[in-house]
Amino acid sequence: MSSEKTIPHSEAAAKFNKDVERVNWHDETLWFVRAKRDKSAHQIEDWELLRETASQIKFNVLSNIHDYLVEFEANAQRNGIIVHWAADAKEHNEIVHSIMAKHDVKQMVKSKSMLTEECHLNDYLAEKGIEVIDSDLGEYIVQLRKEPPSHIVLPAIHLKKEDVSETFHEHLGTEKGNFNPQYLTESARQSLRNTFLTRKVALTGVNFAVAETGEFVVCTNEGNADMGAHLADVHIACMGFEKLIPKREHLGVFLRLLARSATGQPITTFSSHFKKPRDGKEMHIVIVDNGRSTQLGREDFRNSLKCIRCGACMNTCPVYRRSGGHSYHNAVAGPIGSILAPNLDMSKNADLPFASTLCGSCTNVCPVKIDIHDQLYKWRQVLVKEGHTPKAKTIAMKTMATVLANPTVFNIAGKSGRFVMKNIPGMVNNKMNKWYDQREMPDVPEESFREWYKKNSRESKAKRDEQ
Amino acid sequence: MKIGLFIPCYVDQFYPKVGIATYQLLQKLGCDVHFPMGQTCCGQPMANSGYAHLTKGCDANFIANFSGFDYIVCPSGSCVLHVKDHLHDEKQEEKAAAIRNTVYELTEFITDVLKIDHIDGRFPYKVGMHVSCHGQRGLKLSQMSELNAPFFSKPEQLLHSIKDLDLISLTRKDECCGFGGTFCVTEEAVSVKMGQDRIKDHESHDVDYITGGDMSCLMHLDGILKRQKSRIKTIHIAEILNSLEN
Repeated sequence: MSSEKTIPHSEAAAKFNKDVERVNWHDETLWFVRAKRDKSAHQIEDWELLRETASQIKFNVLSNIHDYLVEFEANAQRNGIIVHWAADAKEHNEIVHSIMAKHDVKQMVKSKSMLTEECHLNDYLAEKGIEVIDSDLGEYIVQLRKEPPSHIVLPAIHLKKEDVSETFHEHLGTEKGNFNPQYLTESARQSLRNTFLTRKVALTGVNFAVAETGEFVVCTNEGNADMGAHLADVHIACMGFEKLIPKREHLGVFLRLLARSATGQPITTFSSHFKKPRDGKEMHIVIVDNGRSTQLGREDFRNSLKCIRCGACMNTCPVYRRSGGHSYHNAVAGPIGSILAPNLDMSKNADLPFASTLCGSCTNVCPVKIDIHDQLYKWRQVLVKEGHTPKAKTIAMKTMATVLANPTVFNIAGKSGRFVMKNIPGMVNNKMNKWYDQREMPDVPEESFREWYKKNSRESKAKRDEQ
Repeated sequence: MKIGLFIPCYVDQFYPKVGIATYQLLQKLGCDVHFPMGQTCCGQPMANSGYAHLTKGCDANFIANFSGFDYIVCPSGSCVLHVKDHLHDEKQEEKAAAIRNTVYELTEFITDVLKIDHIDGRFPYKVGMHVSCHGQRGLKLSQMSELNAPFFSKPEQLLHSIKDLDLISLTRKDECCGFGGTFCVTEEAVSVKMGQDRIKDHESHDVDYITGGDMSCLMHLDGILKRQKSRIKTIHIAEILNSLEN
């Protein structure tokens, strides 16, 4: 995938910012979700304790992942679930396809699974002549538009109802210019209902897989995962191996954290437990690595595998809110995506850890306490060392480091810099200077602080008095 | 109590008035303040850009200048946080550790070390406080809106004690202004948009001044305000605390 040309985050975000009204709307909508999250999280007295507990449970999982996976596999098999292992995206896609092929089925209904986005399953199956319909409303909308989701919880959050109306008019034949959300939702519902009734294979994601019982939990607000899974003959559930939790009792911790962090709801509308196939039906689980064991082996970034995909870090991120999810050119956007993406492909995603001001808000909202902004800082160091930085930047940084390490050079550079700004402002106030595009340069003072200090400090005054 | 005054490189060059205000304020509060003349920069611009391995020269220079003080005080949360988190030197790790443990942001030093929570004087203006992310979430100078915990704010506590200072509450209490070091040029579009939105929040509360503990955030906001020909001015918190009317 390294050969694919990606538009750097800064460029894509600049493009997104051209439409001020849209970027304002995007920012305000996601801020509204963040505010809802605050309100509902702060209603729980022990919220911070809950976060810490979840973080510790996940820490235990990551430290003993082998044992928990073996335990989960054994229990799932005992329940009658067929368990598959996939080392990477390719294997995952092949496994899913082989199940479809075995049943000779050419159509699939799918509920939300960011893992399948990560693996580009839809494209793979399309090449094999299999039609996939995404049944989550947001995903359905972006799928019709042939776009990837821009947010892991709110896939179509970059679109306004006018955009959705246009898309539905084109693909579902709804009335042109009818923006009524209820009308549009109902139209999608009717269309999807037919899909649910006719599909033999349903694929869902997994929010939590319980090692102790071999069961898994899928959380949705629309019930679409349940509709798909209950009506199909074959249910395929795909999960990254980090979705494991040790015991069923731990669900109480995570289910409370997930929905509150994601949308500010106390709990998702549907939290469905799947344990075994119904009589005569099949249930499969595909457990995927795809770079996760590499990340597990990177001590500085291991904690990123605690992520429960709530999207809170995106909603709170002031950069994400003004960039749009597509600018992150990765299945998982925003702060957490910027940690996960370089693990998958360093050269393709080297820009992402720099698409942050390191403000730290992401770390504070994270329900499992991932040190997101610290990991972004650490990724920057790794990416520079591995040579994924423009040469010009490296030269500039080396020059800067030399100047700043030497007081004499620093003073001369400072003085001449101020001289230029004052006397030849055109040297700085030009198109080459990105600061100056939409901001004025600071006024240049007559003297630096140290020049003032030399003349006016108590010490120098005392010295002068002595003379 | 011997204080080493740590003035960030860009404040030294472009905002000497903030350095002067900090120096004079600390003297008024009874401190013995010294500015080590060989100081340059803490190295944060390189480190945050991924070049932490190039900061060894800066680190050594910082240690040479700031060893031996009881406390090191700086009018910038961001620079203090960098020193606290990242100042190391294999050859003199003990000295580096001593510095990491005694470096303070100005308002934190006033409230926590000097134990002063009240400043006499008057500032008859409407003021909005922009909390810098590194000061707030890094140094924990005030409570963060994301956490479920009681409110406190070291800088606001000082501002509240000033007569006739009308400190407004922002709609988004602690959103980043978008400066972010080299982010302000590498991600210019988003950076400026964030700054403009931050200003709008202050504007909607009709402030005269935007203040804060980090001149870098204020420099970014000031650049946008001036381009917009706004009547709102930026002022570092040290300047307010040092220039009070009676």
